[in-house]
Amino acid sequence: MSAVIDSHQGQAHSDHHHGPAKGLMRWVLTTNHKDIGTLYLWFSFAMFLLGGSMAMVIRAELFQPGLQIVQPEFFNQMTTMHGLIMVFGAVMPAFVGLANWMIPLMIGAPDMALPRMNNFSFWLLPAAFTLLVSTLFSEGGGPNFGWTFYAPLSTTYAPESVTFFIFAVHLMGISSIMGAINVIATILNLRAPGMTLMKMPLFVWTWLITAFLLIAVMPVLAGCVTMMLMDVHFGTSFFSAAGGGDPVLFQHVFWFFGHPEVYIMILPAFGAVSSIIPAFARKPLFGYTSMVYATASIAFLSFIVWAHHMFTVGIPLTGELFFMYATMLIAVPTGVKVFNWASTMWQGSMTFETPMLFSVAFVILFTIGGFSGLMLAIAPADFQYHDTYFVVAHFHYVLVPGAIFGIFASAYYWLPKWTGHMYDETLAKLHFWMSFIGMNLAFFPMHFVGLAGMPRRIPDYNMMFANFNMVSSIGAFMFGATQLLFLFIVIKCIRGGQPAAAKPWDGAEGLEWTVPSPAPYHTFQTPPDVK
Amino acid sequence: MGFLLWLAFSSAHASWTVNMAPGATEVSRSVFDLHMTIFWICVVIGVVVFGAMFWSMIVHRRSTGQQPAHFHESTTVEILWTVVPLLILVLMAIPATKTLIDIYDNSESGLDVQVTGYQWKWHYKYLGQDVEFFSNLTTPSEQINNRAEKGEHYLLEVDQPLVVPVGTKVRFLITSADVIHSWWVPALAVKKDAIPGFVNESWTRIDEPGFYRGQCTELCGKDHGFMPVVVEAKSKEDFSAWLAERKQTAAAEKELTSKEWTLDELLARGEKAYTTNCAACHQPTGEGLPPMFPALKGSAIATGPAEGHIGIVVNGKPGTAMAAFGKQLSEVDLAAIITYERNAWGNKVGDLVTPQDILAFKQAQE
Amino acid sequence: MNESLSTRRLVTRLLLVVVAMFAFGFALVPIYEVMCQAFGINGKTAGAYGGTQAVDEQRQVRVQFLATNAAGMSWEFRPQADEVTVHPGASTQMLFVAHNPTGQPMTAQAIPSVAPSKAAAYFHKTECFCFTQQVLQPGERIEMPVRFIVDRDLPADVQHLTLAYTLFDITARKPPVAQVSR
Repeated sequence: MSAVIDSHQGQAHSDHHHGPAKGLMRWVLTTNHKDIGTLYLWFSFAMFLLGGSMAMVIRAELFQPGLQIVQPEFFNQMTTMHGLIMVFGAVMPAFVGLANWMIPLMIGAPDMALPRMNNFSFWLLPAAFTLLVSTLFSEGGGPNFGWTFYAPLSTTYAPESVTFFIFAVHLMGISSIMGAINVIATILNLRAPGMTLMKMPLFVWTWLITAFLLIAVMPVLAGCVTMMLMDVHFGTSFFSAAGGGDPVLFQHVFWFFGHPEVYIMILPAFGAVSSIIPAFARKPLFGYTSMVYATASIAFLSFIVWAHHMFTVGIPLTGELFFMYATMLIAVPTGVKVFNWASTMWQGSMTFETPMLFSVAFVILFTIGGFSGLMLAIAPADFQYHDTYFVVAHFHYVLVPGAIFGIFASAYYWLPKWTGHMYDETLAKLHFWMSFIGMNLAFFPMHFVGLAGMPRRIPDYNMMFANFNMVSSIGAFMFGATQLLFLFIVIKCIRGGQPAAAKPWDGAEGLEWTVPSPAPYHTFQTPPDVK
Repeated sequence: MGFLLWLAFSSAHASWTVNMAPGATEVSRSVFDLHMTIFWICVVIGVVVFGAMFWSMIVHRRSTGQQPAHFHESTTVEILWTVVPLLILVLMAIPATKTLIDIYDNSESGLDVQVTGYQWKWHYKYLGQDVEFFSNLTTPSEQINNRAEKGEHYLLEVDQPLVVPVGTKVRFLITSADVIHSWWVPALAVKKDAIPGFVNESWTRIDEPGFYRGQCTELCGKDHGFMPVVVEAKSKEDFSAWLAERKQTAAAEKELTSKEWTLDELLARGEKAYTTNCAACHQPTGEGLPPMFPALKGSAIATGPAEGHIGIVVNGKPGTAMAAFGKQLSEVDLAAIITYERNAWGNKVGDLVTPQDILAFKQAQE
Repeated sequence: MNESLSTRRLVTRLLLVVVAMFAFGFALVPIYEVMCQAFGINGKTAGAYGGTQAVDEQRQVRVQFLATNAAGMSWEFRPQADEVTVHPGASTQMLFVAHNPTGQPMTAQAIPSVAPSKAAAYFHKTECFCFTQQVLQPGERIEMPVRFIVDRDLPADVQHLTLAYTLFDITARKPPVAQVSR
C-alpha cells in the first residue's frame, strides 16, 4: 500500500523542499498529519473488518435457535471483543484519522500542533489491539464479560486474560488522550489569521468539543480499569462486596465514562455531516450558531445522565426521576440539530452523490435511533427494554448509521482530496444501497425481538424469536460482505481514476478545497488569509 | 429467499411478534400504555420530520431545475423548535413519573420471596414459610445441540417454578450469591438486578393464574442464556395447598436419606442430578472446560478416596468457581451425584456413597 | 534564561496539579462514603450509631432479617427469627447464628444491606457483627448480635424494612490467626 501512496504523492510534492521518506520507516517515523491520518484510517478499517467478522460469528450462531457453530463461552468472547474493537478500534481511530487529515486543512494549519506525540498516539493502538486480540488465544480465553465489563464478572470471576485486557484499555486511553490534547492544541493555536472560532467548520467545532469530552472521561475509564487491576491482583475491594466494596460503584464509574463516550463516537459525525449536506444542497448550513450551542449542550448533558444505563440496579426514586428527566432533555439539542439539517436541505438544489446519500441516511436513521433512545429514557418503560435486543437495536441504530455512515460519508467526500482521483460513483452507490438495506434488515428486527422479550448477549433463544433473528442475520451478512466492496472502491480510487479537481464538489465550502488534489505533502506553510 | 421463508415458517412455534405484550398486572399494563404513548408520539414526530425531508428531497433537487435559496437562520423558527419539543417532553414526563411512583410503592405485602441469583440458576425462599428451592433449566442438551425437536418452551422451562398466589401483593427481595444477575419476567414488568452483597426490592400483583416466563437479563457468564425465570400464579386456595404439599415433600425427602440405596438406583438418580447441577461446567461428558472448569473424568479427586470427593462437593473450593453444594442439595442428591461421578465416563471406582455417608460427613464437621 | 525560568514554573505548577489530583483520588474515598450514607445509595447503611431516640409508641414497623451465603461459603448462617415488630426509636437486638462445619478455621465478613433503599438512612445499627470480621474454628458455633434503632423520621409509607446480610468467605484474604483464646 505504501508504494501506491508513494507514487502519486511523489508527483505532488515535487515543488516542496522535502517530501516523505521512502519505504516502511516513513510510516513508522512519520510526523506528517496526512500520513498519520492515513495510518489511523487504514488501522480503523482493519479493525472494522476484524470486529465485523466477530459480528458475523455472532449472527451465524444466532441464525437459528440451538447451538450450532460456537459454544456459549466463545460466544461471550465474541460479543465482548466485537464491542471493544468496534468502539475503541474502529470508530474512535477513524474519527481521529479524519481529524488528523482534515483539521489542519480546514483551519489553514501546516500540521498538527504536536506532531511527535501524534505519531506516538497512533503507534500505541496497534500495540494495544495486538495485546487485546492475542488474549483470544490464551488459556481460559479472552475477555468474556461484555464490552461493559461489569464487576465482579470481570474481576473475581474473570479469565486470567483480564490483566491483558486492562493493559490494552490503558494503552487505548493514553492514545485517545494524547490525540485529544493534540486536537485541542491545534485548533486553539494554529488557526489561520481571520479564522475565528465561530468561523470554523462544524467538523472542527464538534471535534474540539469531542476532544474535551475525551480528556474528561478517558482518565475515568483508566481509573476504573486500574481499580479492577487492584481488585484482581492486589487484594483491594473497590468492587467486591466481600471487602466492603460495591459492585454498583463499578457501573457508576464505568457509565460516567461510558455515556460521554457514546457522544465521542457521534459528535464528529455530526460535524462531518454538517459540512456535507450544505455542499450537496448548495445552500449554507442552517443555524450554524445553534449547531455549535446544541453540540455543547449535548456534551454537557452527557455528564449528568449516566445512571440511565442503570435504571434496574435499584436507584432510589428521586435518582431515577432526575436521570430520566436529564436524559429526556438531550432530545432537545439533538432535535435542533436534526431540524437544522432538514432546513438546510429545504429549498436547496440537491444532488445525491454518495457522500450525500450516506449523510441523508445518517440523519434519518440516526433520528430513528434517537426515538428509541427517548423511549429508553422513560424509566418505567426501560424496566422492560433494559438489556434486551431493543437496546441492541437502539445503539446499533445510532452507531452504524450514525458513526459508521458518518465516516463513510466523510471518506467519500474527501477521498478526491486525499487521493487526487474521483472514486467510482456507480460502485459507491451500490455500496451505499447494499449497506443501507443490509443495515436496516440487520438491526430493525432487533427492535421486535427485544420488545417480544429476548435478552441481549445470549447465544441461544426460544423459537418465538427465531424468524426475526434469521432476518437479522441475513441483513448482517449482507452488510458485512458489502464492506469488502468499500475496500475495493478505496483501493481502486487510490490506484487511479478520473483526476479530481481541487474542488470536486461545486457546492463545497472550506479551506481544504483551496489546496490541489491530492493534497500536497505539506500544505499551508504560509497561513492563508480568511475573510 | 423462498428457501429462507420456508425455513422460517417451517418451525412450529415461530412467530412474527413485533411488540411488547400488555402483560398480566396493573403495573405491566400501565408500562405498556406508556410505551405505546411514547411510541406514537415518536411516530408522529417522525412522520412530520421525515415527510418534510422526503418532500424536500423529491422537489428541491438540481435535476428539477431548482435554484438554491440562501436563508441560513431564523431565530423565531429556532426558538420554536427548541420550545415545542420541550413541551412534548413535559407531556411525556407526566405519565412516566406517575407510573414510576406507582412502581416504587412500599405498601404491605401478602407474601415475601427472597430471590437469589446463582451461576446459573435461581433460588427462591418463601420468607417465614420454611420453603426454599433452586429452579434449574430443564431443556435437555439434545434439544440445545439440535439432536432433538425443540419444545414449545425451549430454554424457558424449569424444574420448579416460583409459585405465587394471584391477587396478592408479592414482594421480591432480590440478591445474588456470585456475580450480578437480573431477574426479569416481561409479563409482570418486573426487572431488577441481583447484586452480590445488596438486596433489591420489587413487587407484583398478578391477576390471572398461569405461567409467566422470563430470563436472566444481565450477562453473568457462560450460561447466562440458560437460566430462565418461570413464575406460576395459582389461585389463593391452590397456592395454600401447594405450600402445604411443599412442606410435606421436604419431609419426605428427608426420609429418603435413611433408605437403603443400590448402586443402580443411585447412578440413575445421580445422572439426572448431575445433568441439572454439574453438567453446565463439568460438561455431560465429564471433560469439563479447562482451565476454569476442570475435568472429572479420570480426575484425582473423582477417582481418589471418597472422603476428599465428598468434601469438595459439600464445601466447595474457595477461590474457584466450585460452589459449596452441601447446603444447595439434599443428602440424597449429593450422594447420587458423587456416586455417579465416581462411576461414569470410565471412572470405575465401583464404590457407593450413600446419603448416610454424606450425613455422617456433615455431622463429623459439626 | 527567562524561558527556562518560565518552563521551570510551568513544570512546578504541573507537578502541583498532579499531586493535587492524586490527593483528590484519596479524598474521594471519604466523599463517596459520605455521599452513600447521606443518600442511602444502594441500601448502604451507616457505621455504628451513637445516639439514642425517644420511642414512638404509636407506630409499628416490621423488620425482616435475611441471611444469605455467597457462593462458595459453606457456613451455616441464619437469624434466630425471621422478623420482629419494633417501635421506631426503640433499641432492639437480634441474634444471628453462625457455624463453621468445615475442618479448617475460616474468616468471614458479613455485608449488610437494607431494603427499601430509601429506608437505609433511617436504620441505625448501634452494635453489629458486620463491623468486624468473624473467625470461626472448625466446628465452632457462635451467636452474633446486631442491635439497632429504626429512626423516628422513617418515611410514613415504609411499614416494612428488610435487613439482609450476605456472608462472604474471606479466608484467602485474611487468614485466621491461630486463636489462643476466644
